[in-house]
Amino acid sequence: MMRFVLRRLCLLPLVVLGVTFLLFFLTQRLSPEMRASLYVKDPRQMGALEEVIREYGLRDNVFKQYGRWLKNVAQGDLGYSPSANMPVLQALKKYLPATIQLAFVTMILVVFFGVWFGAASAVHKDKWQDNLARFVSVGGFSLPIFVLGLILLMVFYGQLHWFAPGGYSIQTDIIIHGGTFKTYTGFLLIDSLLNGQWRVFGDVFSHLILPAITLCIGSFALMVRVMRSSMLEELGKDYVRTARAKGLAEYQVIYKHAGKNAIIPVITLAGIQFVRLLGGTVIVETIFDYPGIGRFGVLAAQQLDIAGILGFSLLVAVLFVFGNLLCDLLYTAVDPRIRLE
Amino acid sequence: MRLLKRIYKNKTSLCGLILVTLFALTALLAPVLAPVENPNNPYQLPQAGYQIEPHPPSAQHWFGTTEQQYDLYYGVVWGTRLAFKIGITVTLLAFLIGLLIGGIAAYFGGKVDEALMRLTDVVFAVPSLVLAMVIAAMLGPDLKNMMIALTAVAWPSYARLVRGDILSIKQQGYVTAARTLGASGLRIFTRHIVPNAIYPSVVVASLDIGYVVLTAASLSFLGLGAQPGTADWGQLIAMARNWVLGTPGHPLAYWYTVVAPGGAIFLFVLGWNLLGDAFRDILDPRQG
Repeated sequence: MMRFVLRRLCLLPLVVLGVTFLLFFLTQRLSPEMRASLYVKDPRQMGALEEVIREYGLRDNVFKQYGRWLKNVAQGDLGYSPSANMPVLQALKKYLPATIQLAFVTMILVVFFGVWFGAASAVHKDKWQDNLARFVSVGGFSLPIFVLGLILLMVFYGQLHWFAPGGYSIQTDIIIHGGTFKTYTGFLLIDSLLNGQWRVFGDVFSHLILPAITLCIGSFALMVRVMRSSMLEELGKDYVRTARAKGLAEYQVIYKHAGKNAIIPVITLAGIQFVRLLGGTVIVETIFDYPGIGRFGVLAAQQLDIAGILGFSLLVAVLFVFGNLLCDLLYTAVDPRIRLE
Repeated sequence: MRLLKRIYKNKTSLCGLILVTLFALTALLAPVLAPVENPNNPYQLPQAGYQIEPHPPSAQHWFGTTEQQYDLYYGVVWGTRLAFKIGITVTLLAFLIGLLIGGIAAYFGGKVDEALMRLTDVVFAVPSLVLAMVIAAMLGPDLKNMMIALTAVAWPSYARLVRGDILSIKQQGYVTAARTLGASGLRIFTRHIVPNAIYPSVVVASLDIGYVVLTAASLSFLGLGAQPGTADWGQLIAMARNWVLGTPGHPLAYWYTVVAPGGAIFLFVLGWNLLGDAFRDILDPRQG
């Protein structure tokens, strides 16, 4: 067990170095002049390109340049991101909490509705509830999130005016940056409660709902399937028959006996999906203009903001590898029959 | 034949087969269904004027027009052809690379195997959409670079699959038999092991076409794939983004700009998913 964790932790730097070097290598396709122009903000200074190239050593070989980048990263300097108009590290710190917040709310929705639909589908096998749940899950699996996002935006923002895009409203913005609002964690949902600002909490939460629903669709479909098959398996086991034979009420058999065991694979799946959601946030945050890490990555990619792209990829790789490791550990914790070697 | 019979018996997989067949026919018959206006580049959308505002479906434009009067019907029809082109090219290339790398890893084993598998770890370390997005951005947004980016993130799963299959087939009785008959290592590998290892991976790969097309559409949607004016579903949906809020008083006025390309991609992916489920059930020997 310890060996497994250590081996995975040793792989982490290798993987992160691999990903960043791969991307760094790709940036070399752009000419030194093009890369230099990213450092120059004022068009009148374009004549100084040669100077910039020399100053940053943009004509050196890839390995030397990569080494320099790594050295800077080790010192906490990820460079300046023109697309976000601030240092990359500051941008990552600013946007990450919003994305984690979004992924967390999404996960709650996925688990709650996934377990509900999946269990109902198994209990009422081949009846209309089952058909509905299966229809929703196959459909949800195939509906691209950018199509769903646009449709939700059309209906709930355009038609009904229930929710708005963005991270929070202007009024909230004024409160947050008004001076009296203290930042404790960076997570607005938590900070607003700690500050006793219920209006801010409600506002931030209402801005989270549409992106969270959009983001949950794919994972939800998967969750329904897993819960359904897991529940069907448990319902067929002997202990369920025993429970029924003892004369327990049907809801007790289903929820207290079978349900508790059926939920084990769902929990581990939720962990894995939490990490996977990071990919989906890229699209959802772009559609809803939600100020998270995914939107930062997309803007950096669209504007060829190299420092931003590298910083974003570095963060995602670290989160992803750590997340997957945690999932594997969670797996053993929930089901002791599984041993990691 | 047995496969087709089983698909035919299952209602949902039959739906999938019908959907995929319809799309395949649309792709094949695209020049008939929507006559080409620019023979140099059939994937260029015809433009009826330069007005910015989309127009609703009419006799000339069956699905309406989107931003700048690009015809949505033409876009959906030729978009189908482009989707197959992207899906098949990317899956085929990724599969061949995966076969090569997975084969080398399994044949040589040891350090080569370790190094190649760590390489796949690197690619797996970032969500595939994010990695494809970043690679496409670095290469410059166009259709060819997008396909390169998609291939770059897709091959590792095939490499692992092929490697695993080869390693398990190595243990089979007929391989031992060939060896005792005195066949050379390379001959056993190419004539006995690889042909048997390929088959399940080919099926898995072909069913990934729907997923590849979905990822491609996502990239185009983000502006990192097909460029404006291309008959590409993701690109058409990206254009629709500016019109989701409709006009004052008519919030749903431009529904067709989302529904036409969005419906096409939904049905396409749905078809592949339904077909994929059926295949997985059939290939799974545990189910009778």
